Amino acid sequence: MSATAASEPVLEIEGLRVAFRARRSAVTALRDVGVALGAGRTLALVGESGSGKSVTSLSVMGLLPRNGAVEAGRILYRRRDGTRVDLARLDETRFRAIRGREIAMIFQEPMSSLNPLFTVGDQIGEMLLLHTDLDARARRRRVIEMLELVEIPAAASRMNAYPHELSGGMRQRVMIALALVCEPALLIADEPTTALDVTIQAQILDLMRRLQRELRMAILFITHDMGVVAEMADDVAVMYAGAVVEAAPVATLFARPSHPYTRGLLATIPRPGRPRGERLVPIPGSVPALSAMPPGCAFAPRCPIAVEACREPVALAPLEGDHRVACHLAHAHETVAAHG
Amino acid sequence: MTSYLVRRIVGMVVVILLVLTIAFVIVRLAPGDPAALMLGPEATPQDAVELRARLGLDRPILVQYLTFAGNALRGDLGTSIFFNRPVTEVLAGRAEPTIFLALMSLAIALVIATPIGIWAAYRRGSWLDQGAISTAMLAASVPSFWTGLMLQRWLATELGWFPAAGYGGPDADFLERMRHLILPAIVLGIVNSALILRFTRASMLDILGEDYIRTARSKGMPERRVVLRHALKNAAIPIITIVGLTFALLVSGAVVTERVFNIPGLGNLVVSAVLRRDYPVIQGTLIVVASLYVLINLLTDLLYLVVDKRVRY
Ligand SMILES: Nc1ncnc2c1ncn2[C@@H]1O[C@H](COP(=O)(O)OP(=O)(O)O)[C@@H](O)[C@H]1O
Ligand code: SF4
Ligand SMILES: [Mg+2]
Repeated sequence: MSATAASEPVLEIEGLRVAFRARRSAVTALRDVGVALGAGRTLALVGESGSGKSVTSLSVMGLLPRNGAVEAGRILYRRRDGTRVDLARLDETRFRAIRGREIAMIFQEPMSSLNPLFTVGDQIGEMLLLHTDLDARARRRRVIEMLELVEIPAAASRMNAYPHELSGGMRQRVMIALALVCEPALLIADEPTTALDVTIQAQILDLMRRLQRELRMAILFITHDMGVVAEMADDVAVMYAGAVVEAAPVATLFARPSHPYTRGLLATIPRPGRPRGERLVPIPGSVPALSAMPPGCAFAPRCPIAVEACREPVALAPLEGDHRVACHLAHAHETVAAHG
Repeated sequence: MTSYLVRRIVGMVVVILLVLTIAFVIVRLAPGDPAALMLGPEATPQDAVELRARLGLDRPILVQYLTFAGNALRGDLGTSIFFNRPVTEVLAGRAEPTIFLALMSLAIALVIATPIGIWAAYRRGSWLDQGAISTAMLAASVPSFWTGLMLQRWLATELGWFPAAGYGGPDADFLERMRHLILPAIVLGIVNSALILRFTRASMLDILGEDYIRTARSKGMPERRVVLRHALKNAAIPIITIVGLTFALLVSGAVVTERVFNIPGLGNLVVSAVLRRDYPVIQGTLIVVASLYVLINLLTDLLYLVVDKRVRY
C-alpha cells in the first residue's frame, strides 16, 4: 500500500443532507454531515439516540427507509481498484456489487437481524454465493473457516444451527462472520454491542479489533457509549440532532473536549465503582424534535453555557489541526486565548 | 414432538366425540317425533312405530346414544332414510366433486392471490396496491351466486367454453367431470382469493419491515431474492393457516355454488337432506365435515413444524 493510498480516505462524507417524508410534511434528519474515514482506521460516530447515527450509516449502505432520501451532499467511497464513486448517486445494480462485498454492515439487534428460517451457515454462505464463484464445497469450507475466525466453537456443526439456537453473543459473532466473509474494505457497525451484556460486549470488541488488524479494514463504528469510543476509535465524530458538532482524533477529543455536548457525554463514561449498566443522563432535556429545530445552535436549549450569540446558526469549523467543533463559545475562547 | 402428536390426536378425538354428541342431540331436539317428521304427513301411525324401531328410537336415550356413537366411531353412520343406503356410501358418492372443486378453487385462488398479495405489499401505497385491495374487497362482497350466474351466462351460455351446469351425467369420464368443475372453481377461486390476497399482503408487509430483511439487503442481493427467498418463506407461515382453513371451509361450505351449477356434491346433498329431513345423512355430513376440519387443522400445524424450525411443540 503506497503512502498516498493510506492517507487518502476510504470514505468521505461531504455536506450530507437526508430528509424523511412524513404524511404531509418532511423532516430533515441529517443536516450537512461531513466526516472522513482513513483506510484501516476506525471512526466512531457517537451521540445520543436520535442524533442521526443510524441514518448516516444507512445512507452509506444505500439502505435508507423508503420514505427517506439523500437531498444533498456526497458519499465518496474509494473502491478496491482505486476508483472513487459517489454512493449517494450510484445506481442499484452497481451498488449491489459493492454492498456486502466491499462495504458490509453489522446491526444492533443480534436477535432479529438474522433470518430465523435459514441456518447460520446458509446465511453466511449466501454472501459467497452472491459475490464469488466458489462452488458449494468451497463455500462450506469458507463458512467454517469464518466461524472459527470469530471463535465459535464446533464451527462445523454450528453452521447447521438456526439463529434461535444461539445466544445473543454467538449470534453477533455470526453477524460479524457474515459481514466479513468477503473481506470488505469498510465495515459499518451500528451499535454492535449495545444489546449485549458487559462481558460479551468486551469479547466482541476484542474480536472486532483483532479482525480489523488481520483484514486491514476501516470501521465506521456507531455507539452512544463514550467508554466504547475510548476502546475502539482512532477518530471520533460527535453527532447531535442530525449534525456533527465536534470531530477530532480520539486522544484530542478526550483531552480537550470543546463542545459542551461532548463534555456532557464524557461525563457518562463508567468509572470503577460505578456500575456500567447504569446510564447517567448527562445533560437535562432531550434532543429536539426534527420538526422543531431551534434556528441557531441546536444544542442551545440544553446548553449550560449558552449565550445570546447561540441563537445564530453555527457550523463545524477547525479549532486546531484536525480538531473541528461547532460552537460559538469554543471559537470565542480560542480567539480570546489567541489574543490574550 | 411425539407427545405433542399424542396430545393433538387426543384433542382430535375429544372434538369428534363432541361433534357426535351434538349431531345426536340436534335430532332429538327437533320439535315433534323424529319418526313422524321424517315420514311426513301421509304416514300411518304403524309406519311411525316401525321407523322408530328401525332407528332404535324406542330404546332408552343412553342406549341410543352409545349405539349411535359406537357405530359412528366404527365408521357406521347409519342408513339414509331417503336413499335407503348406508350414509357412508351416500357421502362417498358425493365427495368426489366437492373435494376436487375445493382443490381446484384453492389452486385458482392461490395463483391469483399470492403474486398480487406479494406485489401489493412490496409496492405498498402504490396504485397497484390500492387497486388490488379494492378489487379484493369488491370480489369478497359480491355474493357468489351472482358471480356464478354471471359467469355461467357469459362463459358457458354465450361463449360455450365450459358446460353450464351438472357433472356430466353417469357415463362421463374423469376429465369430462373435471371440465364441469372449472367454472364453479373459478367462482369459488375468485371469492376465496380475496381473503388469501389480503392475508398474503398483510403478512408480507409485516415481514418486509423485519430487521433480517434489512440484513438481506445489506448483503447486496437483488430485490427479487430479498422478497422471494427471505421474506416469502417467513410470510408463508400465516398464509399456510389461512389456506388450510379456506380448504376446510370449501369442503364444507360450497353449498351455494354447488346449487347454482347443480354439482352433485356434499353441499347439494346436505341441502336436500335438510329438506327431506333425512337425519342420518345430516348427522353423517356434520360428523365427516367436522372431522375433516380437525384433521386439516392438525396438518396445518404440522406444516409449521416443517417450515419453521423454531416451532417446538
Ligand atoms: N423512516 C423514518 N422516517 C422518519 N424519520 C426517521 C426515519 N428513520 C429515522 N428517522 C429520524 O431520524 C432521526 C435520526 O435517527 P437515527 O439515525 O436512527 O438515530 P440514532 O442516532 O439513534 O441512530 C430520528 O429523529 C428519527 O426519528
Ligand atoms: S453554540 Fe452556544 S448553545 Fe451551542 S453549544 Fe456552543 S455555547 Fe452551547
Ligand atoms: Mg441507531
